[in-house]
Amino acid sequence: MRLIRYIGGRLLLLLPVLFGTSILIFLLLRLIPGDPAAVILGLRATPERLAIVREELGLDLPIHLQYGQWLGKVLSGDLGKDFRSNEAVTDLLSVRLPVTIELTLLSLALAIAIAVPLGIRAAIKPGGIADRGSMLLGLFGISIPDFWLGIMLILVFSLALRMFPSSGYARLHEDILVNLRSFFLPALTLAVGLSAVLVRVTRSAVLEVMERDFVKFLRAKGLRERLVIYQHVLRNASIPIVTVIGLQFGYLLGGAVIVEEVFSLPGVGRLIVSATLERNYPVVQAGMLVVAFMFILVNLVTDVLYALLNPKIRGAGA
Amino acid sequence: MSLLSVRDLSTEFQSGGRWLEAVSDVAFDLQRGEILGLVGESGCGKSTIAYSVMRLLARNARIRSGEVWLEDVNLATLDEEELQDLRGRQISMIFQDPTTALDSLFTVGHQVIETLQEHLNLDPAGARQRALELLRQLGIPAAEQRLKAYPYQFSGGMSQRIALAIAIACHPQVLIADEPTTALDVTIQAQILQLIRRLLVDEQGTGVLLITHDLGVVAQVCDRVAVMYAGKIVEFGDVHSIFSKPLHPYTQALLSSLPSKGIARGRLENIQGRVPGLADRPSGCRFHPRCPQAKAVCRERVPPLKQVSASQEVACVLYD
Repeated sequence: MRLIRYIGGRLLLLLPVLFGTSILIFLLLRLIPGDPAAVILGLRATPERLAIVREELGLDLPIHLQYGQWLGKVLSGDLGKDFRSNEAVTDLLSVRLPVTIELTLLSLALAIAIAVPLGIRAAIKPGGIADRGSMLLGLFGISIPDFWLGIMLILVFSLALRMFPSSGYARLHEDILVNLRSFFLPALTLAVGLSAVLVRVTRSAVLEVMERDFVKFLRAKGLRERLVIYQHVLRNASIPIVTVIGLQFGYLLGGAVIVEEVFSLPGVGRLIVSATLERNYPVVQAGMLVVAFMFILVNLVTDVLYALLNPKIRGAGA
Repeated sequence: MSLLSVRDLSTEFQSGGRWLEAVSDVAFDLQRGEILGLVGESGCGKSTIAYSVMRLLARNARIRSGEVWLEDVNLATLDEEELQDLRGRQISMIFQDPTTALDSLFTVGHQVIETLQEHLNLDPAGARQRALELLRQLGIPAAEQRLKAYPYQFSGGMSQRIALAIAIACHPQVLIADEPTTALDVTIQAQILQLIRRLLVDEQGTGVLLITHDLGVVAQVCDRVAVMYAGKIVEFGDVHSIFSKPLHPYTQALLSSLPSKGIARGRLENIQGRVPGLADRPSGCRFHPRCPQAKAVCRERVPPLKQVSASQEVACVLYD
């Protein structure tokens, strides 16, 4: 019951955060020089035609009215229409969003699968092989830019070894094998950077927990080392690990934009990039709002995980 | 045969590339059904002895030489797997701060039951039953609900009872208690000490090594006491003899620094100088720079622990 109240409280907090984010997105977009009407008309642009198009798009109104109109529509579930194709933005997003979600979740899973076991082993034996391996991964992962790593992976695994496709994809429910194969390289590209951070955090968190009194007591009572590490130490260390994953999710969403470009995956990131170049306001606004929403949602999940992991937070019911 | 027999134990710590001895040639025996106090100022090596016996020394510490016999097993040379089996089952330990000794993320019940299941062949229901009995034995009210509670919901005294329940769950023969009451209120202190005395020592014949800096605690519950100074035992014997007739100048100084009824209005004595650090322990008798009765020979000769009466041993040239 307490947990449900806790989640309810966090969900309520979501509303003001999203409201603030929407204002920020709206204003930032209009700070970028460039006129959507000019982009749409191209060479055919004359002052008269520009005025007509601006009026059609509602761009002639004062900015607070534009925002009010947009917000009103968003609240009723209408994210507006693509300036160019006139498609509903909700339709665009419903196709693109699953791609980005799958990409980020897969790379998150990959990063955890690589970094957490390696970080634990590095902490158990400082200076050992796992420790040196984790150091290398940390250095490598942080230093190498996503786009370069993506290109290298394509060169090696797609073009030379022909193990994975270099671009394109099938939707998850159409053909799961083709889907996973096409997502593997992009997800790996994103995962390397994240696991570099994660492996260091896991190592230091586990090391720190192993110094605590309760670990000494667990050993003094003769609990087998496997349980000491994988049950008690890991659960205690998972609190900082979860925190970092929550924070780094923003990095994943940012990286997804680049990785989607490199691997030609039709995700939200690519959509936002091309829409920004076209000053396609409704698409950018909706896309950014969705990404912000995802980020906030992940942080909500992080908070809920805290409560599940730590009985003290649960008890406080904050 | 003694229950626990420590022979010429020396333990050292690594510090800046050098190995420094924290405990030097310490020897003592612990008998069944007795509480042996290990007393001294902080930094004298009491806890290091405890961790050496448990083989739970930190990464930067090691036993340099000596033997630790638990009946017919030398703990000092055992491998990690054998140690893990003995810990909790034959020899257990409780710590100074009970609130950090328990894992805050697991229920108290889980932590008691996992101990029972590690060492005894108990099914979950049996282990739960036994855990309930233990909590009741240790005077924890509403044991049934308390099993489901988390450590943060307990007071310090209750946490120490839980820790004690875990430590004695599998009836170990030896319990090492490292300052078990230092973090607790005086009234709670007495309760915990009484529990150890009554439940463990008197009823089950457990041997308890009680580490403390508090001479009051020693007088209250110990049978025998070893007084330590700078990594060595300077005086050893039964509590009554040592309190009524302390022989070593250090023991004398320690006892006269205690407030007692007789000198309630007088000035308390204190010992001049400081306890030397690991790196600058003096030659000869380590107490000589602070000793009011020091002679020239004290600077050179290391006095061995010598039997001076049926119930007392002392390491001092005054008794040669």
